[in-house]
Amino acid sequence: MTAVKATLLRDLTLLLRRRGDILNPLVFFALVITLFPMAISPNPELLAMIAPGLLWVAALLAALLSLDSLFRSDYDDGSLEQLLLAPHSLAALSLAKVVVHWLLTGLPLALIAPLLGIMLSLPSGSYAALTLSLALGSASLSLIGAIGAALTVGLARGGVLLSLLVLPLTIPILIFGAGAVQAAIVGSGVAAHLAILGALLAASLMLAPWAIAASLRISING
Amino acid sequence: MWAFIHKLGSPRWFYGISAKIQPWFWAAAVLLLVVGSLWGLVFAPADYQQGNSFRIIYVHVPAALLAQSIFIAMAVSGLVFMVWKIKVADMAATVMAPFGAVMTFIALFSGAVWGVPTWGTWWMWDARLTSMLILLFLYLGIIALRGAFARRDSGSRAASVLTMVGIINIPIIKYSVDWWYTLHQPASFTLTSRPTMPTQMWLPLVIMLLGFYCFFIAITLMRTRSEILRREASKRWVQELLTDPMLSTATKKAH
Repeated sequence: MTAVKATLLRDLTLLLRRRGDILNPLVFFALVITLFPMAISPNPELLAMIAPGLLWVAALLAALLSLDSLFRSDYDDGSLEQLLLAPHSLAALSLAKVVVHWLLTGLPLALIAPLLGIMLSLPSGSYAALTLSLALGSASLSLIGAIGAALTVGLARGGVLLSLLVLPLTIPILIFGAGAVQAAIVGSGVAAHLAILGALLAASLMLAPWAIAASLRISING
Repeated sequence: MWAFIHKLGSPRWFYGISAKIQPWFWAAAVLLLVVGSLWGLVFAPADYQQGNSFRIIYVHVPAALLAQSIFIAMAVSGLVFMVWKIKVADMAATVMAPFGAVMTFIALFSGAVWGVPTWGTWWMWDARLTSMLILLFLYLGIIALRGAFARRDSGSRAASVLTMVGIINIPIIKYSVDWWYTLHQPASFTLTSRPTMPTQMWLPLVIMLLGFYCFFIAITLMRTRSEILRREASKRWVQELLTDPMLSTATKKAH
């Protein structure tokens, strides 16, 4: 437990000292959202209709972008090998790293999403659902994405491959996440969608750490 | 039982035994596919609603089922490889992946062709179609990941992990038509209940299914054999096999 706490604190400190790494996904998120009104049409009604999907896809891509660096620097400076050698459960330690990733990527994305929602004239009343669904969904994204990040960390150019591997697995989250916002707009039950997102998160919390640990072992030995 | 499994894990023994069973599967596959396609495409009665276009079912359904079965087979092989370090399992998983991807593509393509006369559209973002498309992407991802590693063993293990993670997509495909009521029809027939199609129509489908599966087994055996030769090329038994007097006279004759 102390080892998990130590890993948490270490990663938090490390990331907080490199503010750029935290800001970049958020800027990317805002940029991608800006592209759509210019590419499609600035018509508020049209934008309001497609806003839930746009916000979710853009947030997904932004979170994906930050995944490549999840284990990269630890791999480069050798501290990942130390984690593997440590007499603690690698699954628990990698879970700590994923928690940090979510705290500094997924959660901020969920928090600024309403702001971008206003710019896309997303109907009021759906902002809470947007933030909640993104917060829940991005946690599963971090967990599933970490498997891909762990598998590709040993490869010199793993970035594109990472998205190829992770994106197909994230589609259920995307469906129910965007579905929650749609449901909030229409006024039907948001709870069902959020419950499924929660169930997905519970399942990935249970299974992903083991897959991450196994993948890290493969990458280090390769 | 355990002795048998251990023997199956030896590439050399597998190479020998697969040579014996392979021709039977090839023969069965050719026979079943010829009978099934003739019966299904020529003699089976036309559907009262869809006319002759329903005959695509004889390619579409076997390909779609096979696409999912191959993924499960790859995941099982991956598990066997990761847990018991049986190399043949990984060789089989390697050669199965491209075939599975092709079957997924055939299922998607034949579905699109079938969609035009029945649904009036090539493509629909329907739950079943979308989850099959994801399956295709998963196959491509597994093939790409395996190829990305410099060391083959790491690539094999990474691909095994990804296959096992990706298996969650299979139940989604299976139940997508029941969970979301969309364009795609629910399963036409199951193992547990009597088929709703007339015998004249579903019997050729069963024959085609068996034919596709026999073809899959035959081609997997064949390609696993060549994969064994490639990976074990430095082993003595392979070199002895390749310098076999019988074999060298055969090649001399061929020249």
